[in-house]
Amino acid sequence: MAEKVLMKGNEAVAEAAIMAGCRCFFGYPITPQNEIPEYMSRRMPEVGGVFLQAESEVAGSNMVYGAACAGARVMTTSSSPGISLMQEAISYMAGAELPCVVVNIVRGGPGLGGIQGAQSDYFQATKGGGHGDYHLLVLGPSTVQELVDLTMEAFDLADMYRNPVMILGDAILGQMMEPVEMRKRPPRADLPPKTWATTGAAGRPKNIITSLYLDPAKLEKHNLRLAEKYNRMAAEQVRYATHMTEDADVVLVAYGTTARIARAALDRARERGLRVGLFRPISLWPFPYEALAAAAAGAAHVLVVEMSLGQMVEDVRLALGETKPVHFYGRTGGMSPSPREILDEIVKIVERGA
Amino acid sequence: MQKVFGRPEALADVPTHYCPGCTHGIIHRLIAEVIDELGVRERTVGISPVGCAVLAYDYFNCDFVEASHGRAPAVATGIKRASPNSVVFTYQGDGDLASIGAGEIVHAASRGEKITVIFVNNAIYGMTGGQMAPTTLPGQKTTTSPRGRDPEVAGHPIRICELLSSLSGAAYIARVSVTSPANVAKARRAVKKAFETQLEGRGFSLVEFLSTCPTNWGMTPVEALKWVDDKMAVYYPLGEYTRVPEVG
Repeated sequence: MAEKVLMKGNEAVAEAAIMAGCRCFFGYPITPQNEIPEYMSRRMPEVGGVFLQAESEVAGSNMVYGAACAGARVMTTSSSPGISLMQEAISYMAGAELPCVVVNIVRGGPGLGGIQGAQSDYFQATKGGGHGDYHLLVLGPSTVQELVDLTMEAFDLADMYRNPVMILGDAILGQMMEPVEMRKRPPRADLPPKTWATTGAAGRPKNIITSLYLDPAKLEKHNLRLAEKYNRMAAEQVRYATHMTEDADVVLVAYGTTARIARAALDRARERGLRVGLFRPISLWPFPYEALAAAAAGAAHVLVVEMSLGQMVEDVRLALGETKPVHFYGRTGGMSPSPREILDEIVKIVERGA
Repeated sequence: MQKVFGRPEALADVPTHYCPGCTHGIIHRLIAEVIDELGVRERTVGISPVGCAVLAYDYFNCDFVEASHGRAPAVATGIKRASPNSVVFTYQGDGDLASIGAGEIVHAASRGEKITVIFVNNAIYGMTGGQMAPTTLPGQKTTTSPRGRDPEVAGHPIRICELLSSLSGAAYIARVSVTSPANVAKARRAVKKAFETQLEGRGFSLVEFLSTCPTNWGMTPVEALKWVDDKMAVYYPLGEYTRVPEVG
């Protein structure tokens, strides 16, 4: 077992990418993720990789598109306003089926918003973001270790499905320091060779990478083929964690940083004899609808907690329908809910009854 | 019998969708000839723009990538940085390069990206039906400047070669036209120099072609060629704009 090192989330995500074989990084400075490009600018030359500070997120994400075309393992990182600017390239990469990893260290919005942690980009990440019928694989880590592990795995998943993968973190996760074990993770052996890459038509017919299908019948066929892939991703990549949901009267649903705060609230509630459990989605797309329905089957109430005014709660309602009340508690603008606030909500729900 | 003239290997044997009298076909052929002559077809990756040349990937016989509108220099940067042995060129129109992609082209040139840009300037948006371009001449009528471009309202046309030649990373910049056999021969030499600049690792290279759009200009092909010579080449003088300074 490797030794644990104390690392800041942002630096850990950068080193994790390098350990996963990422050799191209393009990015643009934006708080609260600047440690990532700074780390990459130092480390990439040491491993023979490419670091390039782009003139904008628009350009940087299109450099990612180019490097992915060349078959490279490539990543970009940003924070909410910058991720908005990348939506064009993300849509094109989904359409052209290019693998890449995009990390969003989310900050409060809308607009320029603020620089504190938030979860208000959930809709953008999981419901589209850019134009067209497409999905990203979206993973929401809640610790620095999980940020490292999921970032490493994200490169394999991107290559496996030929699809952009997004790591949805937040400013708190990016800025906090935690002990992590950096386990080197070579690419999976069973990944399909990148025979589609545009590396020069030497001894083979030319490769074309495009998302343009002027004939609507062909575009429909292309989109249906993408949909088959998304269905496969939805069947194979559902990830979640549960804690004490078996006997829970109230099941909390939270992801990322908020899940940690919810866990602290859960502990306090249990101390008071309240039967509270926690369901933590890890894959945000695909959302673990069925697993949540199963985990909350015995509960009378579900309380969704987010650092937003209620985005994931819509998926929770989709999962549970009218089977039980789905409550919501959120803070917004870069404020985070405290365990005390969540506990108060739990108490209110329990006291109010059905 | 000896074959003295044929289709370049780097040009695919397919009909193009270009309008009669448009010079995209000549420009495609010149690039393909140079790729063949330099023996780099199997290392070449082209990037097509959004605009009339969006389907250029069907017309060249080399690897090709379709970029989003204006972003070809950024896509080319990603390809070249990830795969430095590739010979990378973009093929962009005036709307793509000088309007929506103005940021990308300036920074690619400023970084001295070892890519070659073929900039086709016909002073109008062709594919979308003849709207005003950043390079539309003062007084020129388009569907969005129906009374003629008024610089007081719509600003002035951008001279890309002059603009980019001020940047240290721009190693070879030239403006050419294909309005006569002599000009075609000069244009071919410029394209070759641009690709050689890339192959020698000297920095960014760009060749601007003054091109025609008889369809949206409302001219015959012959009138269009004359308009390039008489009007466009006055505002956009032909010639080489910069060379990498000699070392030492």
